[in-house]
Amino acid sequence: MVGPVFTWIAEHPKVFWTAAQQHLVLSAAALGLALALALPLAVVLLRWRRAAATAIALVNVLRTIPSLALLVVMLPILGTGFQPALVALTLYGLPAILINAYTALSEVDADIVEAATGQGLSRAQIVRRIQVPLALPVIFAGIRTAAVQIVSAATLAAFIGGGGLGELITAGMGTLDIPQLVVGGLAVAALAILTELAFGLAERRLNRTRHA
Amino acid sequence: MIALEGVSKIYPGLPRPAVDDLTLMVPGGRTCVLIGPSGCGKTTTMRMVNRLIEPTRGRIVVEGEDVTHADPVSLRRRIGYVIQQIGLFPHMTIAQNVATVPELLGWPSARVAARVDEMLSLVGLDPGGVRDRYPRHLSGGQRQRVGVARALAADPPVMLMDEPFGAVDPLVRTHLQDEFLSILKRLRKTVILVTHDIDEAIRMGDLVAILKDGRLVQCDAPDRLLAMPANAFVADFVGADRALKRLSLVMAGDACEPGTAPAGAPEIAATLSLRDALAILLGTSTEALRVTGPDGQAVGIVTLAGIRARAGEGAGRGLRAAG
Repeated sequence: MVGPVFTWIAEHPKVFWTAAQQHLVLSAAALGLALALALPLAVVLLRWRRAAATAIALVNVLRTIPSLALLVVMLPILGTGFQPALVALTLYGLPAILINAYTALSEVDADIVEAATGQGLSRAQIVRRIQVPLALPVIFAGIRTAAVQIVSAATLAAFIGGGGLGELITAGMGTLDIPQLVVGGLAVAALAILTELAFGLAERRLNRTRHA
Repeated sequence: MIALEGVSKIYPGLPRPAVDDLTLMVPGGRTCVLIGPSGCGKTTTMRMVNRLIEPTRGRIVVEGEDVTHADPVSLRRRIGYVIQQIGLFPHMTIAQNVATVPELLGWPSARVAARVDEMLSLVGLDPGGVRDRYPRHLSGGQRQRVGVARALAADPPVMLMDEPFGAVDPLVRTHLQDEFLSILKRLRKTVILVTHDIDEAIRMGDLVAILKDGRLVQCDAPDRLLAMPANAFVADFVGADRALKRLSLVMAGDACEPGTAPAGAPEIAATLSLRDALAILLGTSTEALRVTGPDGQAVGIVTLAGIRARAGEGAGRGLRAAG
């Protein structure tokens, strides 16, 4: 089993690394976009608590949609390729980041926020200097969850022509090339575990420096 | 100086205003304690001064400036604020906490650092020992001291204190009250302090304002409040032992009469209160105490008759504690 896997990679290095690179680029871009959307949105929602309830409910619905369904729905709207895959994965990663960030920010002790207001910090200063640092561990946990979800779901991008390691799986299935199929599956699994480990490590370092 | 002129706070949908046409004047360098049953509007009143709550009507003047239309953020940097739960920022060191307002005001960092150490010393903490620690490493009493150091850091002329001793255990509380009182007096701060503890009000206040249902019932010096409660509510609120409380406001050294105590009479230090003197008199079944100065020399006497006369003094309106 292991032998054929390495043999396949050795025989098709370009195919393998291109797929891996596409997978990483797609995942990183989706995570970046999800962050760029979810974090500011969480801060904005802090000021509109009533809108926040609606937004969180909507995002929770988004969370229940299976990743494959989300990708396939993009087909008639945005066609095939990198772009629709990116949009779908961004939407897929958004809930974990937004919900964690909003919850953590809004649950910062009201007394601390009141003390900050009373000392004369502006709203923006309270968000930047008080709420974000205190909420950071939970915000980061949400980012980690989203990163792993996106890396896993990016496998399915191959179904709408978005590339990535999923291509190896779909191609392997089509031609019944078992080694290629297994390479694709193992590579995705390895990448998801590595993502989890890397973010976990970063999270521990973050918490350690905070409690020095 | 803090002046509230006809200030009201009305929340729509509530049967009565939270604060109702309140007028109050706190002269510069004095401490005014707001007290009353819960829901009386004392906290709302205090929080309108630094615009954490916007008054519906009326005018609030702080240090000669009408703050009703001032920018709330810069206003708050000029008003020290201490809250019950202390509200230290848990992710910042003690030094960073104390430096909050000076840094907002853009002080150069050397000046901020010097000020932090000065403030920590002022509230009785060792700067070297606590500067770089986090709030969770400190005891409740120490945290409260840091809270006051932070509020004083930018030298605001005015301080607002919302139940500042609420989170401190009773043993530490009395000590902190005395200490903070002497600091605030020394720095000549104008203070509004909110409490529900009448003993704390009498101990800390130059003025005590009693509120009920959003209205000011009586605002007087503690001695007058105890001697002449405006109505049965105030009399009841200050307690049936108000005569005793009045005695605790007077130091034996200030009330002693010339004379020599009989040989063998008990002694009392001039800095203790007449209430303490009374306790000794009753405990020892004597009529007179020798009052002693700092070096132990006799400075006069306190007699049972003298204390009785003093307790009745000014209480001419004869309102009894409501029964």
